[in-house]
Amino acid sequence: MIAWTVRTLPQRASTWWTIYRIALEERMAYRGDFALGTLMRFLPIVTQIFLWWAIFDAAAAATGKSHLAGYSFHDMVAYYLLSMLGRAFSSMPGLASTVARQIREGEIKKYLVQPIDMIGFMLLARMAHKSAYYAIACGPFALVFYLCGDYFPAWPTVEVGLAFLLSLVFAFLLGFFLDLCIGLIGFWFLEVSSLLFIYMLLNFFLSGHMFPLDLLPVGWRGAVDYLPFRYLAYFPAAIYLGKVPSSQLWQELGVEALWLVGMIFIARYLYARGVRRYSGYGG
Amino acid sequence: MDDKNASQHPNYVQVFLTFARNSLVRDMMFRTNFIIEAISSLSWALMNVGFYWIVFEHTPSIGADTGWGKYEFFIFMATTWIINSIVQAFFMPNSEEFSEMIRTGGLDFVLLKPIDTQFLVSLRKVHWSSLSNFLLGMGLLVLSINELQDRPTAPWKLTPSIVGLYAVYCACGVAILYSLMTCLASTSVWLGRNQTLYDFWFYITNFSRYPMEIYRRGWGIVLWVVFTFIVPVLLVVNVPARILAQPLADNTSWRWPLAMFTIFAAIISVLISRWVFQRSLLAYRSASS
Repeated sequence: MIAWTVRTLPQRASTWWTIYRIALEERMAYRGDFALGTLMRFLPIVTQIFLWWAIFDAAAAATGKSHLAGYSFHDMVAYYLLSMLGRAFSSMPGLASTVARQIREGEIKKYLVQPIDMIGFMLLARMAHKSAYYAIACGPFALVFYLCGDYFPAWPTVEVGLAFLLSLVFAFLLGFFLDLCIGLIGFWFLEVSSLLFIYMLLNFFLSGHMFPLDLLPVGWRGAVDYLPFRYLAYFPAAIYLGKVPSSQLWQELGVEALWLVGMIFIARYLYARGVRRYSGYGG
Repeated sequence: MDDKNASQHPNYVQVFLTFARNSLVRDMMFRTNFIIEAISSLSWALMNVGFYWIVFEHTPSIGADTGWGKYEFFIFMATTWIINSIVQAFFMPNSEEFSEMIRTGGLDFVLLKPIDTQFLVSLRKVHWSSLSNFLLGMGLLVLSINELQDRPTAPWKLTPSIVGLYAVYCACGVAILYSLMTCLASTSVWLGRNQTLYDFWFYITNFSRYPMEIYRRGWGIVLWVVFTFIVPVLLVVNVPARILAQPLADNTSWRWPLAMFTIFAAIISVLISRWVFQRSLLAYRSASS
């Protein structure tokens, strides 16, 4: 049995700060490659612009309507750009696979013998990675958003702006805990790569990364609204574009917060149960 | 090996068949993995069908007066899968390994073999599970053609020449993609590592996944010119898909010049890739000590 020493809050904060700083420095090492990679990630947007331009043209020629499911062509382009911003917060490349690998290869025991909580450590490291990412990606993002400025509607009100920022922070946390839970399933299955693939696929489709969820047929739309994926890309973009009525804005954010709390509990539960199941051998 | 055998040219077909068989044997050793890989790429493709199904709920075609209606476009999409699955099955794994061999010095052993190096490097492994999308593409083709036979304007008709031309132009598409991939992989001789270049490959081929008409407006003309005449990825799917799907009953004036140009582009691409590959071998310095 390990004796846990009781630590004061400043001591804990100092530990957190150290973890954050180390992870940040690790990430900043490859900043050139990073910035180039980020800029290239916008290339598919170019094809999306032309694709939707053609779709809106054809729809207008056939039916005379300039809007599809409430979106004008400009809204649509703005939606894709904003959903990319949402994904920049909510996507967690490598998180689930890293957790599963650490469980499989026994690396996880370092958290069991050291006075560091694994979930807290991973969250801090991920926050550092994301900070490093934003520090470098804000350049390419600003450039592309500036170039595409004409596609965006007028600036949102302060209330909508705040809700938008909050939805991005929630998207980050929800994305983190969803991915973490998939990784923690590794305590039971060891190999989660195919499960992870299915999760990524569903995520891509149901988060609204592929297209605005408003395009879905009515029945499907209702079902998708009951899943947490929509908060990862669709929801922030929809808030910004005024697709969420202001009367429902805070209520919807409240539902998202409930999802978040739920996922934190599930992650904690899976971790606690998993650690009890886990057995490590050798040094 | 005696001198008589060494001076003989190797039988390339037989060597390739051996590679294909070995890869299949290896794949069958991990059967579950093979099935999972196949299901993964199938579900990704089916998700794309879902996306365009939804798109066509909102519009009759992609682009006004282009003729790319639902089933015409499904033929386009099936052609994308067919061509990409061939590239992914036969060339992608080898191309990845080529960069790795340059980095680790493993290329030494390939250079020593009495067979054309580009052949050996390009076709050593076959990724059989990628061909699942080939079958899916074939299925979608049959289904779409069946629908197009009832097309109100100019119903689709099967002629042997269409089938023959489709196969030829799919082969041209594969040749263009193969050449691009070989050129990108060869650059790792000079760059040491080319992870970003692989991303580059995906982003460039992304342009080829849509009918070229959508780019022919505004500043898209620049993209259209670059990706048709300089890096001809727009020809890869567009030309065979147009021949088979016959949007606009296939009477556009630029159809045949474009088809002729595609043959030319495919031949030139392969020659350029051969040249780049050989230049890269000349610049190769073994990594071993």
